[in-house]
Amino acid sequence: MTALLFYVFAGLAIGGAIGVVMARSPVGSLLFMVTTLAAMAGTFVLLEAHFLAAIQIIVYAGAIMVLFLFVIMLLNLGHDYRRDLKGGAFAILSFGVIGLIAGLVAQQLGASGAVSGPGAAAIDAAIAERGALGAIADPLYTTYVVPFEITGILLLVAIVGALVLAKREV
Amino acid sequence: MITEALVLSAVLFVVGTFGVLVRRNSIIMFLCIELQLNAVNLSLVAFSRMWGIDGQIFVFFVMTVAAAEAAVGLAIIISIFRHYETVNVDSFNLLKW
Repeated sequence: MTALLFYVFAGLAIGGAIGVVMARSPVGSLLFMVTTLAAMAGTFVLLEAHFLAAIQIIVYAGAIMVLFLFVIMLLNLGHDYRRDLKGGAFAILSFGVIGLIAGLVAQQLGASGAVSGPGAAAIDAAIAERGALGAIADPLYTTYVVPFEITGILLLVAIVGALVLAKREV
Repeated sequence: MITEALVLSAVLFVVGTFGVLVRRNSIIMFLCIELQLNAVNLSLVAFSRMWGIDGQIFVFFVMTVAAAEAAVGLAIIISIFRHYETVNVDSFNLLKW
C-alpha cells in the first residue's frame, strides 16, 4: 500500500515537473508546480517527515507560490505565450541524462546495500517519544540554534532587500 | 522506499535543470530553480531515514533560504521588468560579454 502510494505521488511529481517546464503560460507553469509540491508533501509523509510535509504545503505551496502568482499578475505579461523552448536535440539529450542519472543512483544504492541505516529507528523512536513536532524542534533549538538565529537575520535582510529593490523611489 | 525516493529526487533535479537551461521566461526559470531545491529536499529527507533527524533540519533551513531567495529574486525581476518591459532573459544583455 505504501509503495503503491509512493508511486502515485512520484508519478504526480514527475508529471507536474514536466508540466512546469513545458507549460506555455507562467500561470500554468505555476499550477503544475503546486501539483508537484503537493505530491512531494505526500512522499514526505510516506518517509515519516510529517512536520516537513505540513510546512511544504503551508509555506511552499501556500506562501511562496502565491508570491510568484502575485508577481506574475503584477507584471501583467499579457497573452504573449510564444514557445520559448530552445532546441529539440538538446531536449532529447537532457531526458537521456535523466534516465542515466536515475539508473546510476538506483544501481549504486542497490549494489552497496546502503539503503538502510540507524536513522529510521531513531526517528521513529523520537516521534513516539516527543511527537512529530518535538522530534524536529528539540535538535533545532539545541544543536542547531545558531544556524536557526542566523536564518532569522537572513530573512530580515531579505525583507529589506526586496523592499529596496522593488520600491520605485528609494 | 529510500532508493525510489532518491531516484525520484534525481529525476526531479534533472527536469529542473533542463527547465533552467531551455526556458527563456525568467519567472519560469525561477520556478525551475525552486524545483531543483525541492528535489534536493526530497533526497535530504530520504537520507534522514538512513542517518537520523538532522537531514530534516537541513530541509527546514533550505526552505527558509528558498523563501528569502524567492522574495529577493522576484523583486529583482520586478525592477528589471520596469526597465525592459519584458521578462525574457534574452533581452537582458547588459552584463553579457
